[in-house]
Amino acid sequence: MAAIGGRGTHYTMTSKHHKMISPRTLAALGSLTLGALAGPAQAFSVDIANGAEPGSLDPQKTNGVWETRITRALFERLVSYAADGSLEPGLAESWEISDDGKTYTFHLRDAEWSDGEPITADDAVFALRRVLEPTIANQNANLYYPIVNARAINTGEKDGSALGVEAVDTHTLRIHLTQPTAWFLQALAMTEASPLPEHVLAKAGDGWVEPGNTVSSGAFTLSQWQPQSQIVVTSNSRYYDADEVAVDKVVFYPIDDANAALNRFRTGEMDIAYSSVPASRFDWARENLGEALRVGPLTAEYFYMFNLHDGQPLADKRVREALNLAVRRDVITDQILGQGQTPSFWYVPRNTANTPQGEFDFANLSMDERMKRATALMREAGYSPAHPLHLRLNYNTLEDHKKIAVAVAAMWKPLGVEVELINAEAAVHYATIREGNFEVARYGMVATINDPFDFLNAYADNGSASQSSGYHDAEYDALVAASTAELDPQKRRQLMTRAQQRLLDDYALLPLYDYVSVHLVSPRIQGWESNPMDVHPLRYLQESEQ
Amino acid sequence: MLIYTLKRLLQAIPTLLIVITISFFLMRVAPGGPFDGERQLPPEIEANLMAAYHLDEPLPMQYLRYMGNLLQGDFGPSFKYKDFSVTELIMQGFPVSLEIGGLAILLALLVGLPLGIAAAIKRNSTVDYVVMGTALTGIAVPNFVLAPIFALVFGVLLGWLPAGGWNGGALPNLVLPVVALSIQQIAYIARMMRASMIEVLGSHFIRTARAKGLNEGEVIWRHAIRPALLPVMSYLGPAIAGIITGSVVIEQIFGIPGIGRYFVQGALNRDYTLVMGTVVFYGVLIVLMNLIVDLLYSALDPQIRYDD
Amino acid sequence: MTTESTPYSGEQTHGAPLPAGGPNPPKAPDPAIEGAPAGESLAKDAWRRLSQNRAAMLSLGLLIAIIVVCIVGPWLLPWGLAEVDWNAFGTGPTLENAHYLGTDANGRDLLTRVLYGGRVSLSVALVASFVSLVIGVLYGAISGYLGGRVDNYMMRFVDIMYSLPFMFLVILLMVVFGRNIFLIYAAIGAVEWLDMARIVRGQTLALKRREFIEAAHALGVRDTKIVTRHLIPNAIGPVIIYVTLTVPKVILLESFLSFLGLGVQEPLTSWGVLISEGVDMMESAPWMLLVPSIFLALTLFCLNFLGDGLRDALDPRTR
Repeated sequence: MAAIGGRGTHYTMTSKHHKMISPRTLAALGSLTLGALAGPAQAFSVDIANGAEPGSLDPQKTNGVWETRITRALFERLVSYAADGSLEPGLAESWEISDDGKTYTFHLRDAEWSDGEPITADDAVFALRRVLEPTIANQNANLYYPIVNARAINTGEKDGSALGVEAVDTHTLRIHLTQPTAWFLQALAMTEASPLPEHVLAKAGDGWVEPGNTVSSGAFTLSQWQPQSQIVVTSNSRYYDADEVAVDKVVFYPIDDANAALNRFRTGEMDIAYSSVPASRFDWARENLGEALRVGPLTAEYFYMFNLHDGQPLADKRVREALNLAVRRDVITDQILGQGQTPSFWYVPRNTANTPQGEFDFANLSMDERMKRATALMREAGYSPAHPLHLRLNYNTLEDHKKIAVAVAAMWKPLGVEVELINAEAAVHYATIREGNFEVARYGMVATINDPFDFLNAYADNGSASQSSGYHDAEYDALVAASTAELDPQKRRQLMTRAQQRLLDDYALLPLYDYVSVHLVSPRIQGWESNPMDVHPLRYLQESEQ
Repeated sequence: MLIYTLKRLLQAIPTLLIVITISFFLMRVAPGGPFDGERQLPPEIEANLMAAYHLDEPLPMQYLRYMGNLLQGDFGPSFKYKDFSVTELIMQGFPVSLEIGGLAILLALLVGLPLGIAAAIKRNSTVDYVVMGTALTGIAVPNFVLAPIFALVFGVLLGWLPAGGWNGGALPNLVLPVVALSIQQIAYIARMMRASMIEVLGSHFIRTARAKGLNEGEVIWRHAIRPALLPVMSYLGPAIAGIITGSVVIEQIFGIPGIGRYFVQGALNRDYTLVMGTVVFYGVLIVLMNLIVDLLYSALDPQIRYDD
Repeated sequence: MTTESTPYSGEQTHGAPLPAGGPNPPKAPDPAIEGAPAGESLAKDAWRRLSQNRAAMLSLGLLIAIIVVCIVGPWLLPWGLAEVDWNAFGTGPTLENAHYLGTDANGRDLLTRVLYGGRVSLSVALVASFVSLVIGVLYGAISGYLGGRVDNYMMRFVDIMYSLPFMFLVILLMVVFGRNIFLIYAAIGAVEWLDMARIVRGQTLALKRREFIEAAHALGVRDTKIVTRHLIPNAIGPVIIYVTLTVPKVILLESFLSFLGLGVQEPLTSWGVLISEGVDMMESAPWMLLVPSIFLALTLFCLNFLGDGLRDALDPRTR
């Protein structure tokens, strides 16, 4: 069954690119013979162990990292990510932001879809309206709520045409916000905001992302998609920066078993293996895989959510404080995980852009002092080993979560806390949290944009964590709201610091550590950089000369 | 026989109906939903999702809608794999699972039956002990230990075979998963065959045959094997069903695009339509397998007549 | 009547009308045997034959030893099930701090956990196999014996149960009753009886047309008696083989469930859980895989040899 894909690809190519002898034409033709392991020998092909099968390749119906790794290669945004995860111009050559921070004007470059149609401001307007359509049910749609009328459209109260987005001319796009929003450009760098080929969607309907139907704006086009087996993308000759793209072909393998991915990286079958070194294999990998092991910061926080609702044992602040005091975070990061995670005495991960300052007041106390204080607090609250506090601790099924929960339970035990560990699959675990049917629950929060907003907003009024945990603090809400609208970075950071400190002083949650990303990258690959957003644009990859 | 077969097929319809109904409601009673994940959704967005998949309707209404679609052969869209219908996913995954599972059961029979017969004939000899000892090891080592060891030893350390991947079903990619999947079944079949063979060899009609002066080879080949196959046949139906679901682990560890993993993943993710699709599909498959086994059974044992 | 006569003719003459068994047959290893026609003498006979089988006796001894160690051992060891040694995370076997078989990745003593895990695995095996045995044997024998329409309906029900994915049963049970380990046992048992029922039915179908059953019929023996006194005892060989297959299968099934996160909850553990944890570490900390695997494999070996011995002892035809 050769050549399902390829119809979307175009082989007319003018490239005389880099040191590669083979013209891209050959590489693309190579990709047509499906069973073939590689195209012509000189083509630069990258095999990636990609965690899981994508739920979709529609950039507005995806949100997993394993999905956006593919959709980012296929669809370029107005604002894009550089290799180090910072923002850089994408389809928009430049932009202006009005002084009041409420009007954004983008100037699009001359670029084409992979079928030769021009990419226009109308395509961008179409995409932003679509992402807010109730039936698309996009999971990050709230990041576009700052746009005029966006919320009303998303809830079905208004028609998409009311959205505060206009195509001034084919190359100029203007976006109107209801209030200044510090992180709005970040939201436009997400795959959700990729301009979409209206002409293709009109024709192919829901099947528009399938190979053969789809066209792309990014550095690659979709050639083949075998569910649970592989997804092949090949370089897009009509990409605006095609001459600078060295990679000819990328194959994504949906390998969800970390050990399997590790094995196939070791045999040389994979060039990049994402998240394929579980904590249990980390020491081994460090000794045996050398420079291929890439550990980097990640804007994500591992914490235990407390249920603060009335009548819950953790409604008592003294207990929350004691539980926080007793957890030896360094034991978890060093002994149990050992991958370089940072023990966390704060909520917003430290490597997030504009991150707030401040930490728990006990961060610098010795463990003895902490335990003394914790024991006293527990006694005050009426608990001791003789009168233990029975607590349920929920976590979702994963070896590392289990290890951490076991360790934390052991650390709490001297305080007179008897922990019942409850492990459930993710769907049940998160439903339990949402319904507030827990006492302590493991939570991993990953930033969608490189900004503290996601984290702080979760505990603000109507935020998901606030609703589940029952945390309500009017002053906190006010500080978060003010920080969102504040455009001066210094002042904004101060506001966010004050907000976070309120959360910490209340011991509203139990942060454990700032995540790290752990990936494997073959020394053959250059131009792959660790960064807090964990984005690694394929267009910047180079083959190393050996 | 033909009428019996048709009857059985007709009877399968209410069976399937019950299976579908039970699993539909069981799935919905289970806690958690398809949109519960690490990112908690704002209520507006969750409402959008629920409406888009008709999950906001009352349950009986959803049931009727599902059954209506099913009658038209429509399994619905997958909740998790949004660009594919459940039918597409099953149609792509099933041939793969069938190939792996079919080869595994074939291998299990080809290896297990002769081993069991040999052990029975040479009872209490070295042959017997070696065969049964190996079989026991096969039973004692779980799939999910065996498969990673295979992948590590033959894939990574020795480099003889691919450590994983499907590669369009190329032979080298098939070897490890098929062997890993069949070892346990080989062990079961060899043991069953040995036991029932010993039983048959001790029965009086074999003694009669021997008394008639038939040589031992003829006795075994012509008289003993057929009745001895009966318990193994009984076991084959469940074995086939088991091997399909058992391949969940194998498919996962070797990265094989079969439907086994859809089943478990779908259940864990509450992908209602995908789970229902695989349930219906397995239901049909198992009904068919049981029918085939029963027909084989009656063909092997003339004492059983299906007179009703 | 000599032991050399065929078993069928023997049963036929004295089987049915006599009351089954004497008071408490010694060492009846299996509830199904209790109704055996020859009663006390058969059980005694079987025990005598079993005790002559060295492999089986050795296995029985080992099995008892494993059970005793699992029950008593944890009291003798210095470490608790959930007790963490903060100075020993994932260390290999050592005499220091009494970690004779090393510690797991959480710094808990592996030997202690293996023994506790053994309690769980063995109890799962016992409870679930017993449930499956009782339901399966009765169901299969009745279905096969009555035949016709009843058999058809009963087997359709089994088909339905088969076509019902097992995981749903377990998930549902956990929804309705919470995560109770005993319900997990029952759930596994309630699924495993299906195979047993089919096998017994198959045997019964083959047996019931034999002369001695028809003779019992002709003598006016009630159906229930024919099933419990003749059909079940005569199907005992395959049933025992199947039980010895079921016990390890149940242990494995439990571990598969735990593997999917549906089994025992921490800090409880089982051999299956320990093995699946060990698999991840097999290159860097092989003892974590080896120790529970050896316990599991040894238990399964013993169960199988014992099963073989029991069959030889119980079924006069195979002597």
